[in-house]
Amino acid sequence: MDTLHDEKHRIILNEHKIVNNNSTSPTVLDDKFDIKKFRKIFRVVIVRHENYEMEFDLIGLHPFLANTFRRLILSDVPSMAIEKVHILNNTSIIQDEILAHRLGLIPLKADPRLFEYKSNWSAAANEKDTLEFELKIKCSNNKDSSKKESSRAEDIYKNTNVYSKHIKWIPTGNQKSKFKESDVGPIHPDILIAKMRPGHELDLKLVAVKSNGRDHAKFSPVATAFYRLLPDIKIVKPVEDEAAYRLQKCFSPSVITIRTQNNKKIAVVKDSRYDTSSRNVFKYDDLKDSVVMSKIQDHFIFTIESVGAMQPEVIFKEAVTILKDKCLSLLAELNS
Amino acid sequence: MTITDNVILEDFGTGSFRKPIKEIEEKWKLVPAFLKIKGLVRQHIDSFNYFINVEIKKIVEANNKVTCDADPLFYIKYTNVHVGTPDVDEGFNISKPTTPHECRLRDMTYSAPISVDIEYTRGGQRVARTGLLIGRIPIMLKSSNCVLSNKSEFELAKMNECPLDPGGYFVVKGQERVILIQEQLSKNRMLVEEGKWGTQCQVTSSTHEKKTRTIVFIKGNKYFMGHNIFTDPIPVSVVFKAMNVLSDKEICELIGISDIHKLTPTMEECHKLKIYTQEAALRYLGSKIIAKRYAPSASKVKTPTDEARDLLATTVLAHVPVEDFDFRLKAVYLGLMTKRVIQAQTDKKFLDDRDYYGNKRMELAGSLLSLMFEDVFKRFNYDLKSIAEKTIPKIRATQFDVVKYMRSELIANCLVYAISTGNWTIKRFRMERLGVTQVLSRLSYISALGMMTRVNSQFESTRKVSGPRSLQPSQWGMLCPSDTPEGESCGLVKNLALMTHITTDIDEYPLIRLVRNCGVENIEMVASIAIHSSAAFIVFLNGNIVGITTNYRKLLKVFRLMRRKGKISNYVSIYPSFLHKCVYISSDGGRLCRPYIIVEHGIPLVNKHHMDELENGIRSFEDFLHDGLIEFLDVNEENDSYIACYEKDITVQTTHLEVATFTLLGVCAGLVPYPHHNQSPRNTYQCAMGKQAMGTIGYNQRNRMDTLLYNLVYPQIPMCKTKSIELTNFDKLPAGQNATIAVMSYSGYDIEDALILNKASIDRGFGRCLVYRNSKCIMKRYPNQTFDRIQGPLIDTQTNQSMWRHSCLDNDGIVSPGEQIQNKQILVNKSVPTVSAVPGATSNVAVEYKDTPLAYRNIESSYVEKALITTNEEDTTLIKILLRQTRRPEIGDKFSSRHGQKGVVGLIVEQEDMPFNEQGVCPDIIMNPHGYPSRMTVGKLMELLSGKAGTVEGKFHYGTAFGGSKVEDVGYELTRHGYNYQGKDVFYSGITGEPLEAYIYSGPVYYQKLKHMVQDKIHARARGPRAVLTRQPTEGRSRDGGLRLGEMERDCLIGYGASMMLVERLMVSSDQCEVDVCNQCGRLGYCGWCNSCKSSGQVSTITMPYACKLLLTELQAMNITARLSLSHYCK
Repeated sequence: MDTLHDEKHRIILNEHKIVNNNSTSPTVLDDKFDIKKFRKIFRVVIVRHENYEMEFDLIGLHPFLANTFRRLILSDVPSMAIEKVHILNNTSIIQDEILAHRLGLIPLKADPRLFEYKSNWSAAANEKDTLEFELKIKCSNNKDSSKKESSRAEDIYKNTNVYSKHIKWIPTGNQKSKFKESDVGPIHPDILIAKMRPGHELDLKLVAVKSNGRDHAKFSPVATAFYRLLPDIKIVKPVEDEAAYRLQKCFSPSVITIRTQNNKKIAVVKDSRYDTSSRNVFKYDDLKDSVVMSKIQDHFIFTIESVGAMQPEVIFKEAVTILKDKCLSLLAELNS
Repeated sequence: MTITDNVILEDFGTGSFRKPIKEIEEKWKLVPAFLKIKGLVRQHIDSFNYFINVEIKKIVEANNKVTCDADPLFYIKYTNVHVGTPDVDEGFNISKPTTPHECRLRDMTYSAPISVDIEYTRGGQRVARTGLLIGRIPIMLKSSNCVLSNKSEFELAKMNECPLDPGGYFVVKGQERVILIQEQLSKNRMLVEEGKWGTQCQVTSSTHEKKTRTIVFIKGNKYFMGHNIFTDPIPVSVVFKAMNVLSDKEICELIGISDIHKLTPTMEECHKLKIYTQEAALRYLGSKIIAKRYAPSASKVKTPTDEARDLLATTVLAHVPVEDFDFRLKAVYLGLMTKRVIQAQTDKKFLDDRDYYGNKRMELAGSLLSLMFEDVFKRFNYDLKSIAEKTIPKIRATQFDVVKYMRSELIANCLVYAISTGNWTIKRFRMERLGVTQVLSRLSYISALGMMTRVNSQFESTRKVSGPRSLQPSQWGMLCPSDTPEGESCGLVKNLALMTHITTDIDEYPLIRLVRNCGVENIEMVASIAIHSSAAFIVFLNGNIVGITTNYRKLLKVFRLMRRKGKISNYVSIYPSFLHKCVYISSDGGRLCRPYIIVEHGIPLVNKHHMDELENGIRSFEDFLHDGLIEFLDVNEENDSYIACYEKDITVQTTHLEVATFTLLGVCAGLVPYPHHNQSPRNTYQCAMGKQAMGTIGYNQRNRMDTLLYNLVYPQIPMCKTKSIELTNFDKLPAGQNATIAVMSYSGYDIEDALILNKASIDRGFGRCLVYRNSKCIMKRYPNQTFDRIQGPLIDTQTNQSMWRHSCLDNDGIVSPGEQIQNKQILVNKSVPTVSAVPGATSNVAVEYKDTPLAYRNIESSYVEKALITTNEEDTTLIKILLRQTRRPEIGDKFSSRHGQKGVVGLIVEQEDMPFNEQGVCPDIIMNPHGYPSRMTVGKLMELLSGKAGTVEGKFHYGTAFGGSKVEDVGYELTRHGYNYQGKDVFYSGITGEPLEAYIYSGPVYYQKLKHMVQDKIHARARGPRAVLTRQPTEGRSRDGGLRLGEMERDCLIGYGASMMLVERLMVSSDQCEVDVCNQCGRLGYCGWCNSCKSSGQVSTITMPYACKLLLTELQAMNITARLSLSHYCK
């Protein structure tokens, strides 16, 4: 990253406050806004994509747009979650409502794009808007003699821990042909739902529906989605020797390296991207003025941590689609 | 050598420069070791154990004989008494052992039988009986006779008991009740203070038989002795003469002051009254005795002289023993009292401080019960005696057998009544106290624990005196300086500190022998003049003079040595008073004391080696006591010691070292992290609020069926712990959650301490709580062979389903577990027979029943957790139904941190609108920074920082009082993980998406959900029920009442001139009524007819409040006529 490239708008992290905070770049609402120019500068760079987590850069955007995507991902992109629990039998120690609440929070493997919103709660469930599961489990004494001496509850009893893997999918209608067994069910098999002792029994019918995060956090497709501005650190006064090492410690590892120059150790900024904006330089009065910490105002490092039902890029695209739909419907409203 | 040289020599010359004392690492581990053997409520249990094992035997022995005037040969003699183990009577004289939990569930009393061995006469024979039941006594949980004592965790779990439950309370009629610790002035001690006429010295003597108060005071220039049995104050000289101290010189010697002239007027008094002999003095005293109300039988009448002598021996200064009317000891004592008064007259430092904790004694369950038991046992014996007196003279077919008349109900009922109501009435001492016991609050584990350590002062809370309420320096380490309620009982209700122990009575005899062997001369052997000589120190044991010594240093040294060697009890205290020239030894019960490490020659006796042994489990706290490394000091002896708080403070003179400074706080204050950085009232507020926090009650909470029980769904251990938290097991039974808070303003809904909550956090379970409530009903049987019944649900014939009100009922007419129950639905379909009195005719007629169902009354629905059908002690069926609600936080619910910072939820915000930091963390709670400057709760800021460092590091930080993790270290830990060392992060607005201008202080803080919830308080009414008499709307939420427009509100409306509004509020919306008034006579009529004028000509209808109409008619009923004269409104 070129830190000397100075036509970018920056915010400066001072000791006690952030200055130059307000974005001056033109928005769609301004007359200055030029779609051609925007197209030229706008870039998306995918930096990291592993499992369900993705980090990518949105460059050349106004904060309100980046924030819109974040907000849409958090509470408008739909996903499937268990919403209703029919308790046929629950003799375990955990209360019915708490059990239902816990079950609701289990992330489900089911592509919400293939389902419809349930429009009417009184209507009967159909294959297009609901997934049905069942959880039938009974705890008993373990007859296996090899584990006799053990005092662990897992060995003495059978089914003492109820995990999410015990949830079984029951296909309704044409779901059996539409989905594979591996496509539906809890994402993580090892989520502890309840603990039981011999004689305890659970017999539940679970109904999962599609909804969004505004309804309940369990419908949010992400653990979290957020962004931060790209940090940009400049050393304005040379920092040497002991102070250089001290300076290095004030930032995240790999932000500052020490270079030897004229028999002197000089601190140089290597890569400020992963700095955590901890501003620990301000602890030292002598270093305080030798560094300027800033952030590029239109460079967003966006992170999406998907819960697992959808890939992060899919979630982002969904968010874009939702925004588009919202804009279209607004336009339609305005034109009518 | 000059004086300064001397000082230098003392400081440096002898020991040269001493090595700095190394800190004994982990010495605080003595605290858990102490608590392991003592427990947090040991004082209650010790005291109760002492009562049922020792004291009760003494009481029975003291009252062991019952004789009868009718038959001189008749007697009952108690030879032994025994308190058994708790059991229940299952009818037909079968009893089975019980557990406390069974008693709680079945509304029974957890009590054990008291049985005695007796010897008595039946006819002419002497009979011995053993194991005779005379009563029952409620048993304290975890006491020696309780089934829970010395049980393993597994065994406790089998009995449905929580292993962390401290015990120390009673289960009476299914209710858990605590006998609070009562604080009062110590008995049998001289107390010099300013009285009505000037200086006075008073002694409250208390023995098993008597409780009297004797006062020596000055009036004019003469000294008098005052006592309740005398009509007037008696000149001291007369009392001395009555005690056979006849010579004036000896009286002066006994008083022992240098300036004899002060006594001259008093001595003259004697001559004025012409009293020169003991006989004359006694005669004089006899004439001053208050006449008894009931004249004793003629045979027993004594002469006034004899009576005066008796009273002087037994009632005046009752605790000073008099044998064979040898008043010597009592005369010395009285002389000393007079001396104190004279000394205090000129020198104010001789005045004692009433509020000083060395002058106070704690009364515990054991001593209170023993008072009660002795009283009722005496009554029991008196009853037996009067029965014997009544029955023996009668000629009967069978022999008179007293045993048949020994009813166990008297003693059982008396004790149960006392504990279940808290009314402690002891006729013997004319003592009547209310509120001695309280229901154990089970809101949270801490509230229960806090209640067990509560100390109640006898002082009336209405009097406006600041002395007893203010913090006493001598309360250091004994009573918690923070934990006291606000308001009227502020400073009167206190709590014990963590390591406080309260002593029980210790046998005096070995102490007297030890003291004698240390060269203390018997006072009777010493000439009067020597008693007050400059070299002599008077030695007191529990307020009684033992003797005098000239070498008090040796006495102290030997005595302390013997105590440290374990030859005498650890809890005996000894201290010299140079002011009084006395050595005081105390072995009585109720003294506050706490352990200290002994320091000798500037070196603490406990060293690392000992601590290692403790760590390895080969040394227990008791070993420390046995080896003389640690000793208990009571308040008085503590005052005579030089105690260092830390090793660095130790000098050559130091005698003791504090074990751990944080033990100065109590259980509730121990929860606060960094309390030493908070403004002190904040800690006090938290102490009150910690008791309202919901969380966990105990491991057995799911088996309990309390009237009201709050549970948190996901309780957490605080990230910032304290050592006290671990010691009190708060980390095993927590009450709160670690919420990530951001200190910033957000919207306007956070003013006045309101909190902003993240909706996603609530969705994920933050602050979710369970509320359990029970409903009870009992099935009675009536004298006419009828009984209550329960019927199954009524079936609607058309739909063939049970009607809505009965839809939750099972076939047996009781709700089934798991059902959701709505308002007004029925829990138990009970009906009661209409006729229940004993009928005149035979009852073969079919019994008619009236429905009295147990209905659910709450706007919000509940779930039925379980139903219990059992019988209680009276063998009537008892049905308990446990109902459950799960609540998620809503606007208006109350939360609080551990620093007295309470607030209600002002707004619940979607996660997307919440600010987030560079790690993507959204706060659970946003708190307004205005909460800090005026409250100065720096501890909360530090808790946040420690908690944050703990979360990133993966460990718990400590915020222990006077210690804990340092901000600097914590800050360093944060920087290591890439956080700002001040805990302030860059946040982005969730609404605009831009970075916030300020850095936001954020991190985890432990938040408690308090029991005050909107759902329990929400109330509104448009129309509803009215009171029958006045027709005005009812009052209160429970009766769906109206909201009152009070006087002040009314005044506002008057001031504003909104007259029609007033009419509407006070009449139209309340009790408007149409009244017919006769224009002619002005009286009220009805239906357009005036009854007094017998006409309908002049009657007109007006509107007035019904209350006014009521007044008029009521006045009429009293023969007062109020006449109304009517005129047109607009004329």
